[in-house]
Amino acid sequence: MTTQGPHPVSGTFPRSDEEIAARVKAMESILVEKDFIASDAIDYMSSVFENELGPHLGARATARAWFDPEFKLFLLADATAACREIDIGGIQGEEMIVLENTEDVHNVVVCTLCSCYPWPVLGLPPNWYKYPAYRSRAVRDPRGVMAEFGFDPGDDVEVKVWDSSAELRYWVLPRRPEGTEGWSEEELAALVTRDSLLGLTDASAPE
Amino acid sequence: MDGIHDLGGRHGFGPVLHPDDEPIFHSDWEKTVLVMFPAMAMAGAFNLDEFRHGMEQIPPHDYITARYYEHWIDSMIHYGVERGVFDADELERRTQYYLNNPDEELLPSSKPEMVETLKGMIASGDDYHRPNDLPAKFATGDRVTVVDGPSLGHTRRPAYVRGRTGTIATLHGSYVYPDTNAMGEGEGSEYVYTVEFSGEELWGDEGANSTVYIDLWEPYLLPA
Repeated sequence: MTTQGPHPVSGTFPRSDEEIAARVKAMESILVEKDFIASDAIDYMSSVFENELGPHLGARATARAWFDPEFKLFLLADATAACREIDIGGIQGEEMIVLENTEDVHNVVVCTLCSCYPWPVLGLPPNWYKYPAYRSRAVRDPRGVMAEFGFDPGDDVEVKVWDSSAELRYWVLPRRPEGTEGWSEEELAALVTRDSLLGLTDASAPE
Repeated sequence: MDGIHDLGGRHGFGPVLHPDDEPIFHSDWEKTVLVMFPAMAMAGAFNLDEFRHGMEQIPPHDYITARYYEHWIDSMIHYGVERGVFDADELERRTQYYLNNPDEELLPSSKPEMVETLKGMIASGDDYHRPNDLPAKFATGDRVTVVDGPSLGHTRRPAYVRGRTGTIATLHGSYVYPDTNAMGEGEGSEYVYTVEFSGEELWGDEGANSTVYIDLWEPYLLPA
């Protein structure tokens, strides 16, 4: 069955942004009075996620793996330790597992029950990763979802979907694009996108 | 519980709308909500599994039409009120006040020791491993069937694998058990396995040439 109705979470929400902002101010004011939170802590942590953590870190690890075969073996054997070696790791990635895409296998990552996502290599998840359409369909119609990202892994390729239901965090090592022989790590990293680290597309092709 | 959050395989939610220019925070209040999670957890308002269970109890219509971080707000208020962090009437009164005075901002506040704690937490995360003296019941390659039947509390045993048979792909060690930890019954310790299911086992012909891997705790599994 592929008939689909309108997306339920597309920007028209029952509560206004103003209503939610007022409720959050009310919560924060009580937590500040009880000394459970402070604005500098909010500024600090939100700034880390806005400015420091993001897909550029997963791209750096991927480029290193493409560039250095030993690092690639290490990353596939123990992603957490390999990433630590290049100063990547931490909250919501305490135990990471990297899935290698090959000619025959294409991996996709989802969390059907909530929003589990490898923060140390991708930062915070985008809304679509957390909303019902992706969570319901990625396990059942992964090819259809990939098509919506403009990608077709090919009929002969086995698609493996990883549902992150425990505290292990999965991400994908995309295939190194052809035509990148002799490229530097920095040049390679520029081809690695968030969507490719989730397995929804391949890495970008060189221009 | 068998709630709306258990979305794997459900029909009718439409295409995946994925704008390329999605900001990390859509509104400033999302930043506050993000940091209220560790703040309230450290204050003893909830643990991670309780927090997830709180979100599962959001009425289905609200769950599927709310912004993502509204789920967090709901769970925070649910446990915050239950554990005495928030007084429900006071929270309502202040919400109305800020609604009537939308330009009024909170005064800056400082808690340097919390900034330090967050620094460490972001860098190291948490450790969910718990020792278990008993040997694991299953090994790689074993065939297992997921326990069928309803869930009365919290569980990470999704409907789409219940009663289905798969193969143990990996044994990961023993971890906090969400089903008890979310219900005030202790952290427990149970082995977690990655279990492999063929697409056909889960979805019939529709699942051809696909495989689903999911992490399941030992009590969810029976020898096949």
